[in-house]
Amino acid sequence: MATPTMDKLEALEADNGSHLITVTFRIRRFNPEVSADAVWEDFQLDIDPKERVLDALHKIKWELDGSLTFRRSCAHGICGSDAMRINGRNRLACKTLIKDISPEKPITVEAIKGLTVLKDLVVDMDPFFQAYRDVMPFLVTTGNEPTRERLQSAEDRERFDDTTKCILCAACTSSCPVFWNDGQYFGPAAIVNAHRFIFDSRDEAGEQRLEILNDKDGVWRCRTTFNCTDACPRGIEVTKAIQEVKRALITRRY
Amino acid sequence: MKIHKYDTVIVGAGGAGMRAAIESTKRSRTAVLTKLYPTRSHTGAAQGGMAAALANVEEDNWEWHTFDTIKGGDYLVDQDAAEILAKEAIDSVLDLEKMGLPFNRTPEGKIDQRRFGGHSRNHGEAPVRRSCYAADRTGHMILQTLYQNCVKEGVEFFNEFYVLDQLITEVDGVKHSAGVVAYELATGEIHIFQAKSVIYASGGTGKFFKVTSNAHTLTGDGQAACYRRGLPLEDMEFFQFHPTGIWRMGILLTEGARGEGGILRNKDGERFMEKYAPVMKDLASRDVVSRSIYTEIREGRGCGPEGDHVYLDLTHLPPEQLDAKLPDITEFARTYLGIEPYTDPIPIQPTAHYAMGGIPTNVEGEVLADNTTVVPGLYAAGEVACVSVHGANRLGTNSLLDINVFGRRAGIAAAEYSEKADYVELPEDPASMVVEQVERLRNSTGTERVAVIRNELQECMDANVMVFRTEQTIKTAVEKIAELRERYRNVSIQDKGKRFNTDLLEAIELGNLLDLAEVMATSALARKESRGGHYREDFPNRDDVNFMRHTMAYREVGDDGSESIRLDYKPVVQTRYQPMERKY
Repeated sequence: MATPTMDKLEALEADNGSHLITVTFRIRRFNPEVSADAVWEDFQLDIDPKERVLDALHKIKWELDGSLTFRRSCAHGICGSDAMRINGRNRLACKTLIKDISPEKPITVEAIKGLTVLKDLVVDMDPFFQAYRDVMPFLVTTGNEPTRERLQSAEDRERFDDTTKCILCAACTSSCPVFWNDGQYFGPAAIVNAHRFIFDSRDEAGEQRLEILNDKDGVWRCRTTFNCTDACPRGIEVTKAIQEVKRALITRRY
Repeated sequence: MKIHKYDTVIVGAGGAGMRAAIESTKRSRTAVLTKLYPTRSHTGAAQGGMAAALANVEEDNWEWHTFDTIKGGDYLVDQDAAEILAKEAIDSVLDLEKMGLPFNRTPEGKIDQRRFGGHSRNHGEAPVRRSCYAADRTGHMILQTLYQNCVKEGVEFFNEFYVLDQLITEVDGVKHSAGVVAYELATGEIHIFQAKSVIYASGGTGKFFKVTSNAHTLTGDGQAACYRRGLPLEDMEFFQFHPTGIWRMGILLTEGARGEGGILRNKDGERFMEKYAPVMKDLASRDVVSRSIYTEIREGRGCGPEGDHVYLDLTHLPPEQLDAKLPDITEFARTYLGIEPYTDPIPIQPTAHYAMGGIPTNVEGEVLADNTTVVPGLYAAGEVACVSVHGANRLGTNSLLDINVFGRRAGIAAAEYSEKADYVELPEDPASMVVEQVERLRNSTGTERVAVIRNELQECMDANVMVFRTEQTIKTAVEKIAELRERYRNVSIQDKGKRFNTDLLEAIELGNLLDLAEVMATSALARKESRGGHYREDFPNRDDVNFMRHTMAYREVGDDGSESIRLDYKPVVQTRYQPMERKY
């Protein structure tokens, strides 16, 4: 075993969590039951900078203002509930450590853009999931089912691995300037999930999905700004996947 | 208040709920009520795999799997149910593959399999490759695949609807399920769902512990709803502590890491599992490994200045293997600890992971009102339920299996019941309990805070009813929980609104956690033996004479309104395996 003398590990283990720093969280508040206008509100916390932004939001909710509203569940970047705009960039609050986002300045937190804000950091996800459903996000096969599993080579499986990682958090779609300007655009997440099936060797509905994405609100709206790739908390090469779908539309090979 | 009428209502949209929904929607008009968007469910956090004796890479058969499951559960498993689990595992995995699940593949293109804790060749001879997996994202892939197929089948979801009450109507002296009462998060509106059958698939209750792999939302809502209506909870003292949670945070690092060759080491670099489990070593069952870790820590061989953790060492594995087989957990170590698993060992400690106990059901998923009587129209599957296929300790990869096998069974059974049954009448004023609960919390001017009580509960549970328990620690927990329950009556919330009031919901969830913590501690106090996940230092041996039986806990309300817990017991179903001493 590598001996536990590495600086990082030692520093980590020696840390008893007592290095609190004071951080200002500037949160975009909106509650139509109270006011029609959204406002910025500041909260000051003494917090360990190695904690997550989600921990800070919980601290605010549990100790300062119970009405602060956000979605969260797993708290480690798997469930996709807590995508939000942190210091102007889409991230998962549970996967963003305070120390990594310049805590010496106020940290801004607001709802993701392009979807209707319902309360504080909560947005209406229905249009997002509708676009997902519209691309036929399920395996389509014809003919008799085999008695055992369908065979698939490791290479064929690898072909679409990247896009299987999507957790439908909407960080990509809500970072896309085209989506901000026109909510009719399917958006990166829906295309990622179409890609996942188009390039799955077992699937037989690639043509149908390509036709759906050939629509005026489909894949051609992408302007390759790469915001989506930067925003993806799963490290999916979203823009590349969109380009691969475009190429498949031209060559009809996939 | 809105009243809806469906043939079948499913509560929860994780693996079990969606697997049930795929079956039920084909056969009956079905609504799925879920407090989260379906893809947010904690099934998605499961990593290592789903067990099935496919024998794709080496000799295996479902009978060996049955035996391992029973032995893993320290013989508290109902053996008829374990046999169904292991037998139906094979079709269950093949079904998922046909639904599109992207499993890792062997060079021949078959579903690949890897080793996992407690799964062995020929009744304990050596570890066997039985876990079907997709990198360390198997749960994510199952959740996505099931949701995709729900979209395909047109399953009707009510997202962000919290079920707060189970409606029961007595017909000819027999309790029947009449439907559920739900709270709509977006609007604060209360909805009645009248249904011929109801399936609970609402998951676990790990949030009564502090260091846990469980999501914030796992608060035992289904268990609590049934328990408050007089239905029993089975084997609640059995809770699994997963050996490898990220130190202090509890985030799960899959047992698949050890299946791929990872090794647990103490501060001296010693591979200590060789002492405790000479054959299976790091792949012994989870209860055994968690106890071994804490034994090392207690005896002064823990790591770090506080000596409060051990290491999961992956540094001898090739980086390409980590990238291909364990990409997510290595990323967790980088993100949350800032260390590099290629070169640094990962600090870990056991983390509260899985409730073996829950709502008692038979193998068709039908909920039991006592040891034998079925509640017509009421079903449960997955972690919320206790079939019991996990007994006193669940084997890794058997939970993703459980949700698929018994989710499917419950979905079919409930829909078939809906086809032939009539609606039973709703109770008078069906929403009254929920209306009262919501209004009381919203209007309370009490001085207690939800977060304070929850934190005290979690600290109490971690300190007193974790891996090691004694009469004294459990009694401390029982007393503390009673105090917290009393203080909870005086709890108030700040958000008085109707729209997305998560402040209110956290208060309701805390009430559920307190009720279930009390059941857990009370059941643990009465079980004066050690078995699987329940280890009593004052009774360190298994006692088959007195305790080879399931605990059944009932809520009793006295004439004066006082509440108490009545414990009863249910025999274990034994078919072909006689209890033996458990060695790994």
